[in-house]
Parts: sequence; structure tokens; C-alpha cells
Amino acid sequence: MTRSSKKNKAATGAVDGVTVYTTGFRSAGFRSAVAEADLSLEVADASRLLEELPREKLAWMLQKMCEIRYFEEKAEELYVRGQVHGTMHLSIGMEASAVGSAMALRSDDLIIHHHRGHGHTIAKGADITLMMAEFLGKEPGYCRGRGGSMHIADIPGGNLGATGVVGSGIPTSVGIALALHMRGSDQVLLSFFGDGASNLGEFHEALNMASVWKLPVVFICENNQYGMSMSVKRSMNIDRIAKRACAYAIPGVSVDGNDVLVVCQTIKAAVEHVRSGKGPVLVENVTYRWRGHSKSDRNLYRTHEEMESWKELCPIKRFKEKLVEAGVMDGEEAEAIDQEAKATIDHAAEEALAFPEPSPENLEDEVYAP
Amino acid sequence: MTEPGENEKREVSYLEAVREAMIQEMRRDPDVFLMGEDVGVYGGAFGVSRGMLEEFGPERVRETPISEAAIAGAATGAALMGMRPIMEIMFMDFVTISMNQLVNQAAKIHFMFGGKASIPLVCRAPAGSGTGAAAQHCQSLEALFMNVPGIKVVAPSTPRDVKGLLVASIRDNNPIIFMEHKLLYRTKGPVPEELYAIPLGRAEVKREGRDLTVVAYSIMVPRALEAAEQLAAEGIEVEVVDPRSLKPLDEETIVQSVCKTGRVLIIHEAPITGGVGGEIAAVIAASEAFDYLDAPIRRLAGLNVPIPYNRTLERAAVPQVEDIVAAARALALEGR
Repeated sequence: MTRSSKKNKAATGAVDGVTVYTTGFRSAGFRSAVAEADLSLEVADASRLLEELPREKLAWMLQKMCEIRYFEEKAEELYVRGQVHGTMHLSIGMEASAVGSAMALRSDDLIIHHHRGHGHTIAKGADITLMMAEFLGKEPGYCRGRGGSMHIADIPGGNLGATGVVGSGIPTSVGIALALHMRGSDQVLLSFFGDGASNLGEFHEALNMASVWKLPVVFICENNQYGMSMSVKRSMNIDRIAKRACAYAIPGVSVDGNDVLVVCQTIKAAVEHVRSGKGPVLVENVTYRWRGHSKSDRNLYRTHEEMESWKELCPIKRFKEKLVEAGVMDGEEAEAIDQEAKATIDHAAEEALAFPEPSPENLEDEVYAP
Repeated sequence: MTEPGENEKREVSYLEAVREAMIQEMRRDPDVFLMGEDVGVYGGAFGVSRGMLEEFGPERVRETPISEAAIAGAATGAALMGMRPIMEIMFMDFVTISMNQLVNQAAKIHFMFGGKASIPLVCRAPAGSGTGAAAQHCQSLEALFMNVPGIKVVAPSTPRDVKGLLVASIRDNNPIIFMEHKLLYRTKGPVPEELYAIPLGRAEVKREGRDLTVVAYSIMVPRALEAAEQLAAEGIEVEVVDPRSLKPLDEETIVQSVCKTGRVLIIHEAPITGGVGGEIAAVIAASEAFDYLDAPIRRLAGLNVPIPYNRTLERAAVPQVEDIVAAARALALEGR
């Protein structure tokens, strides 16, 4: 097969909603440490998951997506009622990216993520009451109220924390993956960040280093179209962030990030590639955030029509429809899962609100590890 | 308190002492590894890691692309996983490229995650002027890190100290900026061959004296000792206190010395404004030593300039022995 035909095939994509970019522009005679075969990624048809996955797994995915949606709606409500301070970054509309990705993991695999990270935390299996407690700044919270919305970590649960400085988790993830590699572990790391982060120097340094060292990390760019108010169309001259993978001789895949099954199938393939020692993969989950960047956002940079058009692509609605169409469950069962998720969140909030506040006593003693 | 190797006969250089600390810790603990630009075959820009690749191989003496942000990130992430990375930054000036990982990630993670994770990381940073390398290869940036809770700052002045403090830093569970002055690399002194640690936060009185206290660290310690020798001939007895680690700072030893002498001169190479000297002065002024002061607290530090290239200008930019002699003499006589 010639290079160009391979590239064309890859760019066409064999599966709906998935486009795989590989290098294919190597100069003649260039000898790379990366085998040509390791640049490709075969992603299976996502709809197969409806048959392959047991019902309880599919139900779990719906449940987690609903929990994320309700958690964030509750967070917003608590904010409006003045029960939380600071700011928050909501991922409403992006639930498929978190849940589809986490679904592809083994329970001992790891994640590191970012300021818009409630979804990843829930999808990785966090205790929602402890998470709500952290959001509310309470002592029993995951970070004892020291981290808050932007920094929820659940170390024993494999969630190595969210970073508040855009892109900062990306170089850190090189080190996490390096430790896995040096210890001969077969665990993998998912490293989440946004479209804005991919314009940082740290992104490029990290992807290059992870590629050179063939580290077990899947870089997941959640392209929600805006870095605060800066549209991807204005911040870069490429149409797909996954193409940046070509510069590091790793597979780059751009997918419909609002289809939880497509995300899951793609991350599964990426995780398998990474776990087998072939080095990192860059996956771009194309999605959209419904809410503003943070609480200060007045949505002046986008149109009502644009926002409404993405709401048509609601990941939860689409997944429910697929589950019902495929006969996995009927509409009533889907609704029951939805309502149960709502109750879980309501209950978590109620419980967490009653938790004690941390004490400012001995605060300085906590800065350094013993 | 006794210091290791007080009767030690074996003399090695500061540079060899750094290497020995790394080698012995890497032999002892498989989680310790070295990472940085050109640390392998090249042996590091100053030759500190020469020979280590042969013993430990490329996994543990890990050469990196020129990517200081990713180096610091790789060290932070590996430390988060319980490894004990030593990252070498070729020149301390380049640590500015690593700042986001060091300041916003490494320094914060322990506290921000409620004490449930820690970052045992050592950032070795060759610092200081005197090599003719001009403004971007000669800085002493310790003050930048002093104001970041979560980071510790260590600046050893002798071969014995550098070995013991590096060992302690590697075993510490926090991110540490470890300053190695380039002009000290060739200096020699007694260093025990066996593995030993000198705890952070413990100053050492490098010379005892009754007339005034000089607080100095890193390259300024040998310069202060040379100045003290000259002043002794004039009958002025200078006590030289070396804090060794700036954060944590052994306030007690400094304050005790000032209580004894009643006069204090604080010396560092970094620019005077916003420097560590101001912090030490404030500590003294707020302590019981205030009542013992017979003269104002004085500082002698780098000029507020980038390090110039020309040799004469470079010397003029930072305290030299003759500057210390003059400043210490003036202070010893002030108000008498």
C-alpha cells in the first residue's frame, strides 16, 4: 500500500463519527523509532457495543451521564443560592466524553484531568457525597475542602486530580505514565484537557516526550469549541486538533464526542494500543459546553442558534434513544435510571451540606508532607 | 550537635560529592532516578553525572529533549506516583520554563489534595555568576521560590554539606529547589564516603567570632570565611552562620548568634531587592536579638542588575571578598 492511499483510507474513517489521522508524510529515507504499523489505530463500529456490553454496563453508562448532568445542575443551584463561593466550570453537554472514556478503562487504570472535571471524577467512580462535600468546601470532602471544584482528586480511586491552570496536567501526566513505564506496570493513564490547552507549549513538550519514551498515556482533548471565549476557529489554523498527533508520530483520532458509544469504542482501541507498549495516542472528543466558561460568562461570543443546535446533539438524549432503539431497555426503564440519578445527587447534596466545615487551626502545618 | 565527618580525612570536590550522593541513593532506593538534558553520555553540562549512565543505564539516568516544562512535569508526575525523581535543570535560569509545573503543580498538590498525595522531587539547579556566561546563565533565583508555600529551598556551600543535604532532599517528601553554585563545583573539602544525611533546616556556624555575625549561604560562605580570616588579622572576630537551607530556615541559630555579637551582616549573591536577606533581616528584627543589636541590621547583596558579561562588571555586580571585608569592618566599628 502506498503512503498516500493509506492516508486517504485513514482520513476517510471506516466507522461513523471516527476519523483517524496518521502521519504518512515521512520523508523518504527517514528512519524513525516508530514502526509504520504502530501509527494506525483500528476503531471498531461503536454500535456493536450495544450487543457486546451487558445491559448493566450500558445502564451504568446512562446512570453516570445522568449523575454528571444532575450534579452540575445542583452545583449551579447551590451557587445561585449562595451556598458555594468561588467559581465553577460546568461540563453540561459533555457527559459522553467523560463516561465513554472511563468505560474503556480497567478499574486500576488512572486519570488526570482539568478544571472542568466533575464529569471525569464521577465517571471514574468517585463517591458522590464526598465529591459534593469537596465542592462545598467541607472537611470530609475528597480534599478536605482545600481544593474545591477545580481540584477534586481521589487518589485511591485512580483519579490523580484536576488542575486549574489550563494544560498543566499534560506534562504531569508524562511523569505519571513514566512511573508506570519504569515500574513495568500495565496500567494506563487517561490525560484529559481542552482545546485551549492544545495551544500551550506544555502540550507540545509533553506529547513529544511521551512519544519519544513510548509512555502508556492516552491524551484526550475535549474540544468543546471554546477556550473561554476564544473559538477554535480563531485560535488555530487546523480543523481537527487530532492532526497535531502527526507532529509526534502517534495516532490521532477525532471523534463525535457526544456519542458515548463512539467515545468508548475509540478510547478502548487507544487504551489497547497504549497498553501493548506502542506509545501514546491523541484522541479528540468533539463536543460542546452548554453553559458559559465559568460563572462570569455572559455568552457574548456565540449565538443562541449555535447553542441550540448543539443541544439537539445532547449526549444523554442520544444515548437513551439508542438504548431504546436497540431494545436494551424501554423508555420507562431509561427514565427510571435518570430519576434515580437525580435522587442520588439530591441525597448527596443534602448529606454534604450537613457536613462540618474545616478548621483554620494549624493550617500552615499542612503545607509540607511529613 | 555533631556534624558528619568532622574528623574526615578524605577530600573530594563539591561536584563529586553531588554525584556520590546521587549514586549512593540510587543504589539504595530503586525509586530514585536522575532526569535532565544531556545527563547521559555527556555527563551533564557541568559533568556532575559523568559515569552514572554506565552504572544505572538510560532508564534511570534519563536524558530528555530540551523541554524544561515537560521535564518538571515528568518529575512531578513520577513523584506523585511515589518515585523520587532528581531533575537536573542545566542552568538555574532555565527553571523559569519549569515554573508552572513547580509552582502550580508540585508545590500545591499536597495541600490542594487535602494531604492525600505528596511530591518527593528534587530540582537540582546550577546557579550563580562568575563564569562569564552573562545575564541568562548566571542567575540566583532562590527568592522566587521562597515565597511559594510547598517548596523547600536548599543552598549548600561545602562538599560535605552538599552530599548530606542532597541525600536528605532526595528522602524528603516535598519538592525541593537544590541550588548548586557553579564556582563551588571545583572546591574541595572533607566528605565521608559512607551515606549520611544532614537534616534540612539546620544552620551551621562555620566560624565562631564575638564581634559580628555574618549570615551567608552558597558561594558567599567561602568568601565570608576568607574575609573573616583577613579581619581576624585586624582583631575583628567574625562569626559566620550558614543557614544551608533557606526554607525551612534555622531562625534559632541565626538569632542566637546575633544575640551574642549584637551586629549582623547578611550576604547573598542574588539582587538585594526582594532577596532572602530581607526575610532574614525581618526575622532578626522581630526576635529577641533586636534588644541586643548595637547597630542596624546590614545587608550586602547583588546589585539590582542582570549579570553582565565583562569580567570587571560581572565582579562588580555581586559581593566579592573585598566587599565583605569592607562591609564587615564598617559594621564592626559602627557606633563604637
